[in-house]
Amino acid sequence: MTEPLLSVRNLRLDIPTGSGTLHAVRGIDFDLNRGETLCIVGESGSGKSLTSLALMGLLGKSIKRNADRMTFDGIELTTASQGQMRRLRGARMAMIFQEPMTSLNPAYTIGDQLAEALLLHRKVSRQQARDRAIELLEKVGITAAESRLSQYPHQLSGGLRQRVMIAMALMCEPELIIADEPTTALDVTIQAQILRLLHDLGREMNMAVILITHDLGVVARVADKVAVMYAGELVETGPVRDIFNAPSHPYTRGLLRCIPLPGKTDRGAKLGTIPGIVPSLVGEVEGCVFRTRCPHAVAECRGDIPKREDGNHAFRCIFPDGKRHSEKELTV
Amino acid sequence: MLQFILKRLGLAILVAFTVSFISFSLLFLSGDPAAALAGETASGEDVEALRRLYGFDRPMLVQYGDWLFSALQGDFGESYYFRLPVASLIADRLSVTMILGVCGITFALLTAVPLGVVAAIRPNSIIDRIALFISVAGQAMPSFWFGLILIVVFAIQLGWLPPSGTATWRHFILPTIVLGYYAMPAIMRLTRAGMLDVLSSDYIRTARAKGANETRVMFRHALRNAIIPVVSLAAVQMGFMLGGSIVVESIFALHGAGYLAWESIARNDLPTVQALILIFSMFYIVFTFLADVLNAWLDPRMRTS
Ligand SMILES: Nc1ncnc2c1ncn2[C@@H]1O[C@H](COP(=O)(O)OP(=O)(O)O)[C@@H](O)[C@H]1O
Ligand code: SF4
Ligand SMILES: [Mg+2]
Repeated sequence: MTEPLLSVRNLRLDIPTGSGTLHAVRGIDFDLNRGETLCIVGESGSGKSLTSLALMGLLGKSIKRNADRMTFDGIELTTASQGQMRRLRGARMAMIFQEPMTSLNPAYTIGDQLAEALLLHRKVSRQQARDRAIELLEKVGITAAESRLSQYPHQLSGGLRQRVMIAMALMCEPELIIADEPTTALDVTIQAQILRLLHDLGREMNMAVILITHDLGVVARVADKVAVMYAGELVETGPVRDIFNAPSHPYTRGLLRCIPLPGKTDRGAKLGTIPGIVPSLVGEVEGCVFRTRCPHAVAECRGDIPKREDGNHAFRCIFPDGKRHSEKELTV
Repeated sequence: MLQFILKRLGLAILVAFTVSFISFSLLFLSGDPAAALAGETASGEDVEALRRLYGFDRPMLVQYGDWLFSALQGDFGESYYFRLPVASLIADRLSVTMILGVCGITFALLTAVPLGVVAAIRPNSIIDRIALFISVAGQAMPSFWFGLILIVVFAIQLGWLPPSGTATWRHFILPTIVLGYYAMPAIMRLTRAGMLDVLSSDYIRTARAKGANETRVMFRHALRNAIIPVVSLAAVQMGFMLGGSIVVESIFALHGAGYLAWESIARNDLPTVQALILIFSMFYIVFTFLADVLNAWLDPRMRTS
C-alpha cells in the first residue's frame, strides 16, 4: 500500500468564545490518495470550511488546531513552519473558495493575479507566467483568453471569476486542490459546468480533489470517497458506492432522503430539512451529537459511541448497522 | 482612463470658472467699490472719477472678462492698501505657504500611514494604543497651544530650533510638525479602518492561499486597496493647507498667504482678497482633480463608472 497523499487523524478545532470554547471540529479522521476525489457533505455550520482552512493553514489566529496526525505527502502540517506552509500553499496544495465575487483582488488585472500564483513559487519569466496563464484560462473554458489578461475582476461575471480562480489554483499544478462549495454563489446553470470542469481537470492532472458541496447528484457522479459531516464530526466516511448503496449512519440516510426526485419532490422544497435542532458545540460535548434529531435515539446514545469500521467504510452509532435494516424504503 | 481624465478635467475647468466668477462678484457684493475706495470723506465727484478710473462704470460681465483675462496672465490689479501689484505681493507669501503645506502633508502622511497600518495589523497592541492616544491628543489639542508648547520646549528651553521666521529650512520644522499633526489623526484613523476592513476580505485569504508572504499580503494586496480613500482625504487636506493656516502662520510669524488673506480682509483690500480666494480655490480644484486621477489609477472600478 502506498502512503496516502493526505492523512488526517483526530483533527480538533477549538474556538474560544465569550460563553466558552466552541468545539467546532471534534476528532475527524480521513485519508486521501493521489488522484482521488473526496466529497465532504453536510449542513451549513458543520465545520466543512474550517476543516479545509485547517489543512491549508489559513485559520484565523484565535482558532486552536490540534491533531494526532495531519500529513501531506509525509510532511506533518501541524508542526510545519510558516515558510514551509507558504511553499506548499499555491504550489502543491491549492484552494478555491465559495465567494468568486470577492475572492479576487479588485486592484489588479486577471493576468497579474494569475501570473503571481506562478511567480511566487517558480523561477520563470513574466512572459512564461503570462503564457501559462493564457494556457490555463483556455483550459478552464474561457474564450479570448489573451484579452482577458488585461481585464479587472469587476469586468467579469461570477461564473468567469470562479473559472479564473480555478485557473489560478492550477497554475503550479498542485497535487491537492480543495474546492469549498465553489458553485454555491453561482447560477444553477453554471454550477454543473464548473463542477464538471473541476472534476475533469482533476482527472487529467491526476490531482487529489476535496470537493465540499451540497449537491448529492454531483457527489454521486464525481466522488471516489464521501465524508458526511455533522456538527463537527465525520459521522460516516467511505467509498461512494457504500455511502449511496448502504448508508449506515441515520444522518446520512436523512441527507439522502432529502435529494429532490423528479415528480416526487415539490418545487421549491428545501434541501436538508431533517427535523430537529443541531446541539450547541460550546463546552463539553458527550454522546452522539445526532441524538437530538435521530429517529432511533435511545438512552445509550448519551454514552460513548463506538466507531464501526468495515474496510474503508466507517461510521459512528451504537447500533451495529446504524438501524439501516429498519428503514425499508431506502434499502430496496 | 483617458476618457475619465478628460471628463474630470472638463468638470474641474467648469468649477474653476464658477469659482472665479463668484470671487469676482465679491467686489460688488460688499457694496459700491468706488465709494469704498474713495473713503468716507470723499466728495461725489471724487467717487465718480475713481469709478471711471477703475472702470467700475462698465457692465459687470465686461469687467469680469477683463479681470479674468488679466488674472490668467498673472495680473491681479493693484492692492488698495499697499499700492503695489497684487501678484508680486502674493508671490512671496505664497511660496512660504506652499513650502509649509507640502512639508505639513508629507509629515502627516509619513507618520500617519505607517502608524495606521501597524495599528491595523496588531489591533489592541501597545502600538495601536499609542497611535490612538496620539490621534485623540491631536484632535483635542488646539494648534496654537501645541505650537506654543513646541516653541517653549524646543526653541526657548532647549534652544535647538528657531522660534519664528522663515530664514532657513530649520525655521520650518516646528510649523511643519504643528500643521502636520493637525492633519494626522484623520489620515491615521482612515488608514487603520481601511486596513482592518481589507484584511478581513476574501481576496486577502486568496493571496495567502497562493503562498504570498505576509509582507506581500500587507503591502501589495492590502495597503494598495486600503490607501484609496486616504488619497482623497489627503488631497482635501492639502487643499486646505495651501489655503494657508492662519493659526500656524501667526504663531511662528511666517508671513504666508493665509496671514495675508486675514489681514487683507480686515483692511478691505478687495483686489488682494479676490486674488487670494481665486488662487486658494484653484489649488483646491487642482488637488481634487489630481486625487480623482490618482484614485482612478489605484482603483480600476472608478475608471469605468
Ligand atoms: N472565526 C470564527 N469564529 C467563531 N466561530 C466560527 C468561526 N468560523 C467558523 N465558526 C463556527 O464554526 C462552525 C463551523 O463553521 P464552518 O466550517 O464555516 O461550517 P460549514 O463550512 O460546514 O458551513 C460554525 O458554527 C461557525 O459559526
Ligand atoms: S448513536 Fe443513537 S442517536 Fe446517534 S445515530 Fe446512532 S442511534 Fe442515532
Ligand atoms: Mg462553508
